[in-house]
This record gives sequence, structure tokens and C-alpha cells, in this order.
Amino acid sequence: MFKRWNLKGGLDLEGHKDLSRQYSIINAAIPDQLIYPLVDRSGNAMTVLVKTGDRVLKGQVIAGSKGVQGTLLHAASSGLVKENEWRMIAHPSGLKSWCLIIATDGLDEPGPVYEPVDYTQLSAADICEKVHQAGIVGLGGASFPTAVKITPNNVRAVDTLIINGAECEPYITCDDRLMQQYPSEILLGIQVLLRALAIESCVIGIEEDMPEAIEAIQQAIECSGFKQIQVKVVPAVYPVGGERQLIYLLTGRETPSQGLPVDVGVVCQNVGTVMAVYQAIVKGQVLIERVVTVTGLGIKKPQNRWVRIGTPIKDLVSQCGGYNGPIERLIMGGLMMGFSLPDDGVGITKATNCILVATSKEVTKSSEAEIQPCIRCGECASACPVNLLPQQIYWHSQGGAHQKCQSFGLFDCIECGCCDVVCPSHIPLVQYFRASKSKLFLKRREDEAATLAKQRFENRDTRKVQEKVEREQRIRLKKLALVKLQKGRPSAPAKMQDKS
Amino acid sequence: MLWICLLFAFLGVILGYAAFRFKVEGDPLVVEIEALLPQTQCGQCGFPGCKPYAEAIAQGNADINQCPPGGEVGVKALADLLGLDAKPLDESFGIEKEKKVAVIVEVDCIGCTLCIQACPVDAILGAAKYMHTVIASECTGCDLCVEPCPVDCIVMTAINPSVLNWQWPEPIQNRH
Amino acid sequence: MNFSWAAAPHIKPRDSVSKIMLKVLVALLPSVLLLAWFFGGGVYINILLATSTALIAEAMVLKLRGRAVLKCLKDLSALVTAVLIAMAIPTVAPWWVVVLGTFFAIVIVKQLYGGLGSNLFNPAMAGYAFLLISFPQEMTAWAMPGSLNAWPFSDIVGLIFSAPLPDAITIDGITMATPLDAVKTQVAMNQHAGVTVLPLGIETLFAQGWGWLSLSYFVGGLWLVQQGIIAWQIPLGILSALALIAAGFYFYDAQTYTSPLFHLLAGATMVGAFFIATDPVTAATAPKGRFVFGFMIGVLTYLIRVWGGYPDAMAFAVLLMNIAVPVIDYYTQPRVFGTRR
Repeated sequence: MFKRWNLKGGLDLEGHKDLSRQYSIINAAIPDQLIYPLVDRSGNAMTVLVKTGDRVLKGQVIAGSKGVQGTLLHAASSGLVKENEWRMIAHPSGLKSWCLIIATDGLDEPGPVYEPVDYTQLSAADICEKVHQAGIVGLGGASFPTAVKITPNNVRAVDTLIINGAECEPYITCDDRLMQQYPSEILLGIQVLLRALAIESCVIGIEEDMPEAIEAIQQAIECSGFKQIQVKVVPAVYPVGGERQLIYLLTGRETPSQGLPVDVGVVCQNVGTVMAVYQAIVKGQVLIERVVTVTGLGIKKPQNRWVRIGTPIKDLVSQCGGYNGPIERLIMGGLMMGFSLPDDGVGITKATNCILVATSKEVTKSSEAEIQPCIRCGECASACPVNLLPQQIYWHSQGGAHQKCQSFGLFDCIECGCCDVVCPSHIPLVQYFRASKSKLFLKRREDEAATLAKQRFENRDTRKVQEKVEREQRIRLKKLALVKLQKGRPSAPAKMQDKS
Repeated sequence: MLWICLLFAFLGVILGYAAFRFKVEGDPLVVEIEALLPQTQCGQCGFPGCKPYAEAIAQGNADINQCPPGGEVGVKALADLLGLDAKPLDESFGIEKEKKVAVIVEVDCIGCTLCIQACPVDAILGAAKYMHTVIASECTGCDLCVEPCPVDCIVMTAINPSVLNWQWPEPIQNRH
Repeated sequence: MNFSWAAAPHIKPRDSVSKIMLKVLVALLPSVLLLAWFFGGGVYINILLATSTALIAEAMVLKLRGRAVLKCLKDLSALVTAVLIAMAIPTVAPWWVVVLGTFFAIVIVKQLYGGLGSNLFNPAMAGYAFLLISFPQEMTAWAMPGSLNAWPFSDIVGLIFSAPLPDAITIDGITMATPLDAVKTQVAMNQHAGVTVLPLGIETLFAQGWGWLSLSYFVGGLWLVQQGIIAWQIPLGILSALALIAAGFYFYDAQTYTSPLFHLLAGATMVGAFFIATDPVTAATAPKGRFVFGFMIGVLTYLIRVWGGYPDAMAFAVLLMNIAVPVIDYYTQPRVFGTRR
């Protein structure tokens, strides 16, 4: 039942989980305002489906994005739709975007209630549709639409469902708490997913340092009789909760470099997502709230809360006792992969698993950071869980040879940050890699635009040539007709003169 | 002597076969040069588009530093390809500017179609006497539509940073 | 409320370059003491001369290059280079040998290539090789073990600073050939004069102190490996290559070739394997590459020792392999997770 760490690299990090893990999840209060950024995970605009001044009810669809990966957004409470605002959103850039604002009325009046249904009577397509209607996306952080992940056409070769309960980032305990408090609900959610995937086998990977969660899930399995669901304990090595890392550890299958888990017959879902699926299918509730860990030495009362999507961080912070002393950094997500937010007016999104309020005891002040030259010690390479040579990628990245980075596997980098932690020269390696990645993405976009422009330019050229030919043809035909006319009538010259 | 003749004959056959087997279609140089040009189709180089300019470079009728949108980077890439020394951009053809997008101030547009005819990549939509608009994603920022507009209703606007085009900044390198 | 922006990961880093360098210096300490015990207190003077030369030279160049002088000196890498050079030079060598060698190592080999992290060659070994080629006499005059123990420290200082020697003492009188020199001579004699002299044994090594010194390097090196400071693949490669080849020749003809253990414990084998070749800046970077790098150093060392012009070869072997590092790195990239096996 216990899986040892047979991957290369990884780090033993201090967990700091006890700050928040012993407290039960509390329901957060309804904030005065709910803020929804109108961009989806890839930055594309979402279409607003309500008008300014409309009264919306809890659970009502308010916006959606199009395309195969489109998702829906629901109002987390009842209230009035206000004018869209241009404000900072939950994004590593700290940039602004249009946001939909709902001024809540405190009544929390529910909108259309979905009848709870017996999931065993639903077909796979029905489940997918309901999951889509409920606006469920991966709650582990990537926000990938869950419905797409389980669509029958995409999962033909899948034989195993993996549930990611390995919460390897320090400080975060929301999945831990969920498993402790809602084990049977999670098992039902798994049953729904297994039905959608039309498979039997499921493995839950839980980190060894969450004994209560392991215990709770195992007991629930005993009671429910869902014996095909297996619990495997994974070592508390960061980043064991990385999708590819966990899949490898639990099944021995390596997700191909440019591929997806389905390529090795696996679908992987986060514990929180499973809970959301349970709520949507079994309870008929759409995704309007999630568990968020509010933690760090900079918060008075660290804890986990059921938070409505759209709640501004500052409301959440004040519900958790407020800030505690001078704050060095506000982080959405974890210590290793989360991003810093310059402003606490940002709303909680579906991807927000943690708000880490860090003091200078926990994070380096950016002014202290002293970068020294790389001495090629190779510590980064031994810490890298995907077996890259970060020192080589860094060398090319800082020299501007981004293309070269790619041949060293830049796009296999999962940005876990292990290399940064062990670098004795304190080089922000991951930031270099991200910068290189975005440069290459930009290059790709520019190349595509250039190809398109070239195509359009050439099309225009051919069209012009064709137009010219056609025009000449017309003139020639006209002349020909005139000549015929002249030949037909001897008096034509006189007529021509008349005409001119 | 005979052996030498035979050897040379043999080598000749190999060369002949290679020439036949690895024959290159078209003019690969023009294609390679064109691939390095930004495809803005702005004509600032003095040629009516990127392809004619590429052809001119290949034939030696134009220098490699006549493309302002390609900038210093573009000149460098061309120099590398052709084995020449990189040189600064020839400013008589224009200076390197940040890429912009044309926007038609729609209330002022009179629907004259002049800009539509000027656009080298058909990125302007509209018809006579009807308001025109620029398809921003297709616009190469070539400036060619600005001049013909009789009511000066086309403005070149900077592309705003947004979450869509945001780039992770490189770390600040403190020199050691 | 507003907060500062920073890129992930936000966690504090664990180690620093200066800590690494400090640990290397600590690991060298027992060997310094042993050197002084067997070959006289001159090693202290050498270290003092070398470190001060290194610091001054480095500060000078950094100033010229417009870099933050103090910040760079703080990384202690110049000190490690200096101490390694000082320990490689005979304890009775004149002062200018040490100064010149260190200056060459820091200014030419390290800073002119771009300073820490950018140098192609191992500075300490390049400095040593430079000295060995330029001043072979001074560089091979190792004191007879224990011969200086009775000397007052002031006389040793005098010796290094070229004061007239006490009566009845010549420099030849207090120095002797190192075991590897002796082997070289023997082999030459065996080959040319037809005289058969049995090869030197391990006992000689320990009697003359070299064996103990090697052991101290070995222990210091093992500690560094345990601390995760140096890559174990490099010493393993060097030692296994040397042992394997030496064993092959020894069992082929024990009359002519010395034993593998002798090769492992003589000369600069241990210091080279654990302290010189492991300099990460100039070594191969991938784990597999590091082993190859080490192995080739071992091979080259044996070749030069037995058939080359110099009795010891560690410095040349390391420098030669420094050149090969880019090639090794190119061919030993590890397989990235998820890519084809």
C-alpha cells in the first residue's frame, strides 16, 4: 500500500501544515461584493450573460466562455449586477482586466434548483453535460474544464482513475481537511467519475503525513463497500502531487513529454474536484464555493473555509482574524508555485486553493535576494523531478538563446521550483525558464501571424492579377464586339464618331 | 593511369548522381530570406512586399538593412543566413518602432474604401458608403492605410499589455 | 493593502556559495596540519602568501572590471583556489613561486575568463601546471619528511624568503625525490640500463608521509561527499580508472609496474580526485558525464605517470579533461521524464 519515491529529484520540504490542519472547515460569510474576472484560464474573454442592474440568484449562470474548453460561471449569492470594473485579477502578472461585480443582498436566495438524481441511472454523456453545466473545473490549480477531461470521446483508452490527494505544497491543507471531513462524499464523487469513464479501477494517492485523511478514507471504503477504490500512501516528497509525478508513482506509467495522462490510460482528478462532482451530480449544486486554506504567519487565525468564488481576499482575511504584523508577501497558491498578489482586492477564483499571508520569516525579501554566478554545482539537476539540467537551460536562457533552451527540455519543466531552493547562487532559475517559455510562445504567435499575413498578401496578389486579367478580357471582348458591329454595318465609322 | 581514370569516372558518376538525387527545387535562398522577414508587407524597404524584397536581396539588388519592422534582430538574422556582417539599420528606410495596430475611429469614417485598397493583407472590412473596421488580429501594423484616408480617421495605437500577451519578466541581473 | 511582487518559488534558499567554499576549506584542514607535520611549517607561510595574493589580485581585477568587489570576495572561491595552490607547492619553495602561481591562477585563468563560474580551466591546477613548467626545480624540491621538524620557525621563514641557509645545510641536503619521482627514475633505469630494481612499496609511502596525507584528503573528501558538496561520480571515476589500469599492468608485470594501491595513495591522486577535479565550474555537469570525466582523468593520469614526461600527472589530466567537458556534456544529457528511452 505504501509507495516509495522512485522518481529522481524532489525535495523534503518543511510542511507548515499544522498551522491550519487541525481546524474544521468553517463556512465563510457572504461578502458585500463578489468579483469575477471576465477571462478564462487561457486569458480569453468570457461572455457576460446578464445585464447591469439585473438581479441574479444564487447558482444562476452569469458568464461563460466558448470553445471546446469553455466553462460556465455561476453567481455565488443573490444580488444586483453592477457596472463591469477594470481591476486587478488573480494572475501572476498582477495586471488588470474587466471584472463582473455582484453587489450581494445578503438574502442568498437560491435560483433554479436542480433535482438531485440517481447517478447510477445517468449515462456518461449525461454526467459530462451536468458537470459542464455545474461549471466544474480542476480545483487543484490548473482550472482545466473537468467535463472535457471525462468526455467519452477523449477517454477511450483510459483504464485507471487517479485521485490526487497528495497535497505536497507546504502550508496547504484544504484537500487534507476535505478528505477528513467528507470521505464518503468523495467516494460517491469517485463512483460518479468511474461511471462516466466506464471503468472500475481507481487509486487515491495520499501523502504519508496525512494519517487522519488516510484513516478516514479507508474507513469510508470499508463502510461503503466500494472495494475497487484503492488507497495508496505516497511519500511526503515535493512535488509528489504533480500530476505526472503522482501518475508515475502510482502506476509506473510515464506521461509522454508532449502528451497527456490519457495517453497512458489515466485520468487524474483532484480531491476538491471530486467533491465538486459529488455536489453537482448527487446534490444538484453548481460550483459556487470551494475550500480555501488561509494560512501563514501573517494571518491571525489560520484555517480552512468554504469560500464563495468571487469573494475578495481582504474579506476572507478579515474573517480569519486579519493581518498579523508586517506582511512581506500575499501569495495565492502555495509557497513553491503560487503567485504573489500586489493587492488584496482580488477575488477568489475556482483555482484558488490557498491564500498564504507570508511574513519575512517565511519568504525572502526581494531586496535581499543576491544572485551570484552559477558555479555549475549541479544541485539543481539532482533536485529536478523531471531530470532536466536546469543549469544548462539557465545558461542559454540568460544568454537569450531561448530556442536552445527548448532542446534541453524547457517545455518539460513543471516549474515546481525545486532547483531554485537548492541553488547556492540563489539564481531565480524558474523565473528564467518562465521568461524563456513566454518568449518562445510569443515567437510562435508572431510566426503564425507572419504566415497568415504572408498568405493574405499572396491571396491579394493573385486576386489582383486575376482582376486585371478579367478586366482586360472584358475590354477585349468589348472591342471584339465593336469590331463585329463595324464589320456588320458599313456605316459604322460614322456611328462611332457619333458615339464619341 | 587506367586506375586513376576509373577512379575519376567513378567519382564523376557519384557527383552526377548526387546532383540528380539532391536536386533543389525553386530558389531556396529566396524562401529562406523571406522566412526571416516580418511579413508586415509595409513596403518601407522600397519593394512592394516582403517577397519582392527577399528576391532583391537574393539577387544582390538590395541591402539587408532596409527592413525597419524586422529591426536590428532581423538584420542580424539575415546577416547570419547570408554570411555577411551585421550592420545598423539604414535609417533612410525608416526607424525601428514598436508594433502597433490600426484602429478606425468609426464615427469619423465616411466609407471611401481607400484604406481597404491600401491594406496589403486585406485586414480592413467594409464597403463603399459603409463604415469600415480593422480586423485587429490580421493587422500587421504597416501604416499603409493611414496616408490614403481623406478624413484622417485611422490611428495607429499601441498594443496594451493584457493577460493574453503578458510576458514573464526576466529576473533583474545584478552584475557580479 | 498593497504588497510586493515576486516570482515563485517564494521559499528561502537553502545553501550559499560561500558556505560550500567554507566547507571545502574545512575539509582541507587535516591535510594542512599533516603537511606541516611532515614537511615543515612552510605550508602555513605558503597559504598566507597565496590567500593574500589571491584576495588582492581578485579585488584588483574586480575593481577594473567594475564589479562589486566585496560581494564577490565574500564567495570565498579565491581562497579555495589559493589554499589548493599553496598545498601543491613544496613547503620550502621560494615565496615568489607561490605568489606568481596564485596571481596567474586568479588573474589569467579565473578572472580573464569572466570570473567565478565562467572559467574554462581549473584555476588552481592551471596555476600549478604553469609553475611546474616554468620552475621545475623549485616545484619538485620537497623537503625530506620530518627533516624540518627540528628547525625553528624563523629559519623556515628565512628559507622561503631566500635568506642564507644555516651553515652546512644545502637545499639539496634537506630535500628528496617524492615516491613518484623515484618510480619514474626506476622505470627509466629498468628500461634503459637493464638494471632491475623492485618497485617502491606502500610502506615507503607511509614512511615518507605521503600515504597519510592521501588518507587525510580521502577522509576530507568523503566528508564533502556526505555533505553533498562534491559529486561522488568524479572521485569514483578517477579512482576506479586508476585502480583498474594499474591493477591490469601490475598483474601483467609486477616487476616493472607499481601496485594499484600505490597509485591511489601516491602523489596528487586523492587531492585531485576529491578537491581538484570536483571543482564544479570546470567539471562535466550531468551525473553520467561526471563519471566519464573522472574516469578519463584517471586514465590520463596513469598514462602520463607511466609513459609521460612528468612523475605526477593529476594537474595535466584535469586540465586536458577540462577541454573535453563541453563534448562530454553534450553526449551525457540525462533522459528527461516522459521522453523516449
